[in-house]
Amino acid sequence: MASTATTLDRLRRDQTATVTSVNIHGPQRRRLMDLGMLPGTRIHIDRVSPLGDPTAYLVRGSVIALRREQARGIHITVEQE
Amino acid sequence: MAEDLPTPSASPPPAANTACGTCVFNNAAQLRALGVDVSGHDHVVALAGNPNTGKSTVFNALTGLRQHVGNWPGKTVTGAEGGFGYRQRHYKLIDLPGTYSLLSDSQDEDVARDFLLFGQPDVTVVVVDATRLQRNLNLVLQILQVTGRVVVALNLVDEAHRHGLALDQRHLARELGVPVVPMTARNRQGLDTLLEAIEQVALGTVATRARRVRHGDDRTEHAVSELAARLRRDHPGLANTRWIALRLLEGDPGIERAVTDGTLDRLSGATPHAVSSETTGT
Repeated sequence: MASTATTLDRLRRDQTATVTSVNIHGPQRRRLMDLGMLPGTRIHIDRVSPLGDPTAYLVRGSVIALRREQARGIHITVEQE
Repeated sequence: MAEDLPTPSASPPPAANTACGTCVFNNAAQLRALGVDVSGHDHVVALAGNPNTGKSTVFNALTGLRQHVGNWPGKTVTGAEGGFGYRQRHYKLIDLPGTYSLLSDSQDEDVARDFLLFGQPDVTVVVVDATRLQRNLNLVLQILQVTGRVVVALNLVDEAHRHGLALDQRHLARELGVPVVPMTARNRQGLDTLLEAIEQVALGTVATRARRVRHGDDRTEHAVSELAARLRRDHPGLANTRWIALRLLEGDPGIERAVTDGTLDRLSGATPHAVSSETTGT
């Protein structure tokens, strides 16, 4: 299965990805990791707000909404179907 | 059928109407909800867990109180207290605000963190959502680093089963090193097993071996030990100095503040179990 490395803000609605690293620092990093956003976590888009920001992602059975700039700090590999 | 069974307890529980109700094997019948009466308690039990896992439902089931239950975060801001009796003992139960982590820096999560670290409850019941186990285990592991006197209440198993999830609580208990009790607090299912586990951990009749996370290399270990020893010297009686040392090495601003502004002195002098009321008072 081929895969493409990118950041979470570029994930499309029909795609599933795996988190490879969380390139965010300070308390926000801690928070995201406490919510289950860890390297190896599978993630896909749950729903998108009307203006596209924030976007809600499904992570380990829970929905987490992120701003685009936060999503940009999360590195992923997209699974190719 | 149980009428002529010998009762081993010194003071038998209040008589129930049915034979099964008075049976010594019926643990739930030995529960006495004491409401807000926490006088003369033998043990302090803390209820911790992620937001919206059913902590307050467990709290109400045990104490008979009607602590407000709702499914939004931040509902329980300070710890509510209640009492219950089980067999011959009285327990004080503290319903802590939901938290994802002991490492965060938000106010209501601090209440939970401070109590677990410095209130030194005799038993900590971590209520976890069986339908979101992975995410919930983060907090369980963090709590196991600061206390081994833990019972994991695997709540919402009815919902998990409805979602087609199979739960292997024995395996989980073996991995975590503490009792794991599957339950549906809403229907009072599993309450008897939970009470039994709380009593066993409180009395030490079951040996828990909490899973500890190994921290990296010898240099980290050396730094932690050295810093922890200094903390113990400067703040005699302070609990969990290793944990504090690790946070200081991480550069946790909340803990750094606690060292410089005298909070640690207050915590080290504080009577165990009394931390939550003190932190809200200042």
